[in-house]
Amino acid sequence: MNVEELQAVALAERLACAAARRRILICDDSGCRATGSGAVRDAIVDAAKSSGHDVLVEGTSCCGFCARGPIVITRPDNVTFAEVTPEQAATIVDPATAASEQATPTVVPTNLPFFSRQTRIVMANAGVTDPLRIESYIANHGYEALGRVLQEMTPEAVITAVARSGLRGRGGAGFPTSVKWGLVARTNADQKYVVCNGDEGDPGAFMNRAVMEGDPHQVLEGMAIAGYAVGANQGYIYVRGEYPIAVERLRRAIHQAERYGILGTRVLDTAFQFRIDIRIGAGAFVCGEETALLASIEGGRGLPRPRPPFPGQSGLWGRPTLINNVETLATIPVIVREGPDWYAAHGTEKSKGTKVFALAGKINYTGLVEVPFGITLRDVIFDIGGGIPGGRAFKAVQTGGPSGGCIPAEFLDMPLDYESLAQVGSILGSGGMIVIDETSCMVDVARYYMDFCMSESCGKCVPCRAGTVQAYRILDRICHGKSSPDELARLEELCTYMQQASLCGLGQNAPNPIMSTLKYFRDEYLAHIVDHVCPAGVCPMSSDISPFATEARS
Amino acid sequence: MAVSREPSARGAAPAKPPSDKRQRMVDGALKKNQYHQDALIEVLHTVQSIYGFLTPETLWYVAQQLKLPPSKVYGVATFYNFFTLKPPGAHTVVVCHGTACYIRDSGALTAALQRKFGILPGETTPDGQISLSIARCLGSCSLAPTAIIDGAVYGRATPEGLIAGVEAALAATSPTPVRSESGGLL
Repeated sequence: MNVEELQAVALAERLACAAARRRILICDDSGCRATGSGAVRDAIVDAAKSSGHDVLVEGTSCCGFCARGPIVITRPDNVTFAEVTPEQAATIVDPATAASEQATPTVVPTNLPFFSRQTRIVMANAGVTDPLRIESYIANHGYEALGRVLQEMTPEAVITAVARSGLRGRGGAGFPTSVKWGLVARTNADQKYVVCNGDEGDPGAFMNRAVMEGDPHQVLEGMAIAGYAVGANQGYIYVRGEYPIAVERLRRAIHQAERYGILGTRVLDTAFQFRIDIRIGAGAFVCGEETALLASIEGGRGLPRPRPPFPGQSGLWGRPTLINNVETLATIPVIVREGPDWYAAHGTEKSKGTKVFALAGKINYTGLVEVPFGITLRDVIFDIGGGIPGGRAFKAVQTGGPSGGCIPAEFLDMPLDYESLAQVGSILGSGGMIVIDETSCMVDVARYYMDFCMSESCGKCVPCRAGTVQAYRILDRICHGKSSPDELARLEELCTYMQQASLCGLGQNAPNPIMSTLKYFRDEYLAHIVDHVCPAGVCPMSSDISPFATEARS
Repeated sequence: MAVSREPSARGAAPAKPPSDKRQRMVDGALKKNQYHQDALIEVLHTVQSIYGFLTPETLWYVAQQLKLPPSKVYGVATFYNFFTLKPPGAHTVVVCHGTACYIRDSGALTAALQRKFGILPGETTPDGQISLSIARCLGSCSLAPTAIIDGAVYGRATPEGLIAGVEAALAATSPTPVRSESGGLL
């Protein structure tokens, strides 16, 4: 298929959508599936059939409002329904149906800050396209950017465009994407690879899952453009084993793209060839680290290795390999299509564009939000996220997963970008935000993360393998009121050693949750150690000195 | 991770598993991956999906077919959390202990299941009916706390609701637990 034929497919699909009097889109993401979107879809299909109306029923990608799923959207009137039940199907299909209160669906107000304050760039297709059909993606400017790149741009021009957009890696470290691309492009080799890192291991982050499940073609298009820019003809998507739906949808998308001639030996009828294969992870957090991920793709244990050489110079099977996060690659088609300057107009001076955050924990509107960099934490948590449930007090927000830190209330008005989060001792990470309220104990949270790092440490280097165990034991003793101020000093010393001496990011960043909670919530540690009291009433203090703890727990 | 040597992994001449339908599926996976050593994880995924777990016999077989040292195959099989060398129960219950779930007290879910069925995470009931395990994060953080019973996700789970769900699964079907073809359980 060439570019003209692609445009014809887009036109035909748009006409088919326009011909239907109404389109009803049901969220088909894991989140809504777990709240019963399958039954809702069946009921709507039945209701549409029996009503005799000209209605098109489709699945769609996650629109982020997972807190109130299942979500149903109707077009062209653009109404979003929340917490839809199968009984409400008839009313959604035909609003004129006289309905009882039970059968009246809840309409989400269009001015709800959760939606009105977002800027959707990566998630622009959420609630618009059907992830199971390539035609639906093509009709919404899908593969347009790939066509333009192949017809009009040199590989150097693509890298220059990415540089102008200011895009930085969305996996956590925030390394300029164009620099990575440039390194791989400059390295001479007979074979190069593009790897999409879909091993979203941070507990509390699920934006990559939503993108892979909801818009798989956007990831494929980003990979193909990256392949053209760096001179690779083979791509691998490494997906977590915990995401079976993402694997299934990506497989299907690859198959469709191959059938259309968008992937394969002659991409869009040009001399460029690009194939994509899927590699399924097997449950190892360390595989999110790029050298460990490469070891896993090669079929071995996911052990990291020292860098340099960087994967850009020597990666998969010793060949130059470009590794980018799912969200980074999914941004590429938009940058090419809308222009790098348009993209760079969003965000702050050093952090351009938008970022998808996963809101979870003690927050009213859990789900996915895409906001421009520079927005304040307060806006994200209290305005978009709807604040803390039950009128309880905000205590901290944890960003960056086990490699990040806890940010206390005093920094709520800080603009959100790579630099400011690093300044306060956390990291942006992949974008998970866990809101913690007054009922959680910060020492317990630190212990939780150390438990995680302890069991996920690959065991290759001593500082991480032994350090995480020792740090966990000290934290556990603190949680049981059996520690001493001396031991706290030793914990801090241990954290410094781990940061300096560990081989990869897992060990280097594992102390971050401890360091940040010690910095901002030291009084909670001291309450455990000196007074044998857990202020939040969470920790099981061994000596029952704390009547408060038992009271709060009951 | 504790490394213990499997009894049958010591013998010099491992017995080839009997040829049956499942065996042919394993052979198919090996062939599909053109016996590439890099495809070890892919092949182990297939073996586990067929048998429910990785038996010592199949690990030997895969090592032979891919011309890999058995130590490497065993190393990979024990490195990744997803692979299990123990036969799972007829019903599997996975409780998510991701951060969002932890903050929303997934510990209470695990504790309730432990009390009710008398098994720790990673264990199977003596009758082979229920396996309990813990996931690092299922990626359904917006519905925390979550659990999975036989593949179905339960969002905003409560201890009572989860136990009721497990009991419903038990009542619905009582299939026999998965065993290796040679009858040998690890």
